Amino acid sequence: MIGGILRSAKVRFGLALFGFFVLVAVVGPWVTGSLWGVSATAIDYHHLHAAPSALHPFGTTGTGQDVLAQLVVGARGSVAVGLSSGILATVLAALVGVTAGFLGGRADQVLTVLTNLFITMPSFAVILIVAGYVQGASWLVIAFLIGIFEWPGGARYLRAQTLMLRNHDSTVAARMLGENRRRLIVAEVMPHLTGIISAMFLRAVVAGIFAEAALDFLGIGSADTISWGTMISVAQDQNAIVRGYWWWFAPPGLCIALIGTATALVNFGLDEITNPRLRTANPAAVRRFERAARRRARTVREVAA
Amino acid sequence: MSEALVTAGTAPGGARTGGRVTRRLVAGRLRYLLRRLGFYLFTGWAAITMNFVLPRFMPGDPGDALLRGMQRQTGQVPTPEQIAAVRTFYGDPTHNLLAQYGRYWWDLAHLRLGTSLSQYPTPVSHLVGDALPWTMVLVGATTLLAWVLGTLLGAYMGWKPGNRFDSVFAPVTTFVHAIPPFWLSLLALYVFGFVLGWFPLSGGYDPSVPFRLNNVWFLLSVLKYGALPAMTLIFIGFNGWLFSMRNVMVTTVSEDYVQLARAKGLSPTRVLLKYAARNALLPNVTGLALAIGGVIGGVLLTEIVFTYPGMGYLLFQALQQHDFPVMQAIFLLITLTALAANFIADSLYALLDPRTKERG
Repeated sequence: MIGGILRSAKVRFGLALFGFFVLVAVVGPWVTGSLWGVSATAIDYHHLHAAPSALHPFGTTGTGQDVLAQLVVGARGSVAVGLSSGILATVLAALVGVTAGFLGGRADQVLTVLTNLFITMPSFAVILIVAGYVQGASWLVIAFLIGIFEWPGGARYLRAQTLMLRNHDSTVAARMLGENRRRLIVAEVMPHLTGIISAMFLRAVVAGIFAEAALDFLGIGSADTISWGTMISVAQDQNAIVRGYWWWFAPPGLCIALIGTATALVNFGLDEITNPRLRTANPAAVRRFERAARRRARTVREVAA
Repeated sequence: MSEALVTAGTAPGGARTGGRVTRRLVAGRLRYLLRRLGFYLFTGWAAITMNFVLPRFMPGDPGDALLRGMQRQTGQVPTPEQIAAVRTFYGDPTHNLLAQYGRYWWDLAHLRLGTSLSQYPTPVSHLVGDALPWTMVLVGATTLLAWVLGTLLGAYMGWKPGNRFDSVFAPVTTFVHAIPPFWLSLLALYVFGFVLGWFPLSGGYDPSVPFRLNNVWFLLSVLKYGALPAMTLIFIGFNGWLFSMRNVMVTTVSEDYVQLARAKGLSPTRVLLKYAARNALLPNVTGLALAIGGVIGGVLLTEIVFTYPGMGYLLFQALQQHDFPVMQAIFLLITLTALAANFIADSLYALLDPRTKERG
């Protein structure tokens, strides 16, 4: 399964891109700070809102801070919120979905109503109003808020998958052998769900990064950290657009878009593997087939003649 | 659940006379819709109750902060009526919670949403009433246009997956779909508003023209100011529809009945529109119902970028100035419209998809 997934070029490219951003988030601030010696918050009074140059490859902000350094430090802020909200959402989805699907009966009914309740409520509005009450919260609170409203879609999907797996011959056989419920879930059901869960996790991470950026843009995100969202929001606040400082607000948005594309590519690859009908025709193969068909037709004609 | 199973079981079995079957199917459909309605009423109750509970369990006392803010803003001690109004929404530590809850429902039922803090003493309902039409017109119109465009192009793309159009557009839409909408709006504003100077940079109408609906110049200025936000919204929305339509289309074109229509020698346009697209349309139709319900909540951030005088901008101001009454009103509005749209989508699905009839 894993090998099959990696054979898809889309998946490989998407994973590489995603890994690159995580790497930047982990070691990037150290590289720019200690090795390169540029701080994200230090002010260069001689180069306020300067366009990209050799000294500042991505230019500087309106207050003379290096945009590249901010971008790297911001990667940490954004990816940290994305990862922690993604982990929370995925764990909740797996807990609720697998439990509901496996136990069935009353527990399933209660959990399903709960899931549907969270699905129908417009989650961004709920996050917004809570974040509005606790304005200026730390990034962990923001990640927590995003995470606890992002699980229901995944839970619904996992429940359906678990229902199927529960009645699978192998699971039934294990149950007949007298295996206890915990072992059934951990050893029989979960291994089949890892692929789905990891795709879900990637999607949740990116959704978290998106939500965090949107909250920052509204001015109610985390106040204490630099992230891609706060960069865009500060640029917008200080009229970077009407002053034409494109190098300030363009890169952070581009990073978000790239990381979003990375997960989309991975998910496409997975979709094409699990649902072959979505696979687009390989033009070269089609041409080869048509040429062969023409050749066959010609030989048939010649033989007939 | 059990009722549904019973209906599903008896419908095919009872297929003796046409009339009875139809009646059963209608009854099954009705029961399904009633059950959904019950669920949405429950969710609505949960949302409204959450709106009541949240400020009362937040650290600190938002009601107290609000009263102090009002005093600072106006330089006067709030009148007893004002204090009472604030306390209905934010909780009064000296009153019993159940009585407060009843009071809160009573006020909501009479659409008393309180007064705004940042624009004291304008009632919240006035602010919302002023902002709502802008959002409804701008976002409503663009949602529809984006839907029509995206669905048509998506049908064409999915018709022959892997054709030149598809292979160019599929990666492009993937990327565009991954762009945060508010950042895309910023870029559009920068390129078309600032660099090229084709469109005004902010606002919803020309402030130098008298604000009157029967004035042609005013309406023209609305068009001029709305053009860039509208085009950005269409571009953002259209990608999603394109994509979902393409993917359903891809699986539909290989269905037997489409192959049969082709084999019969019908014209490709006819097969595409009347056979394949018609069935592939279903998810997009219910999606449209949901999108129209999400109009108020969906594009808050785009409005903020363009300083467009709609709900999004109202919310932005409320958040910046800690205007809790406005925030709450917008939250309730977003939630309730989303619930209503969900119900409409369910009803459409029941009407359009013959399979839900049997499933009940």
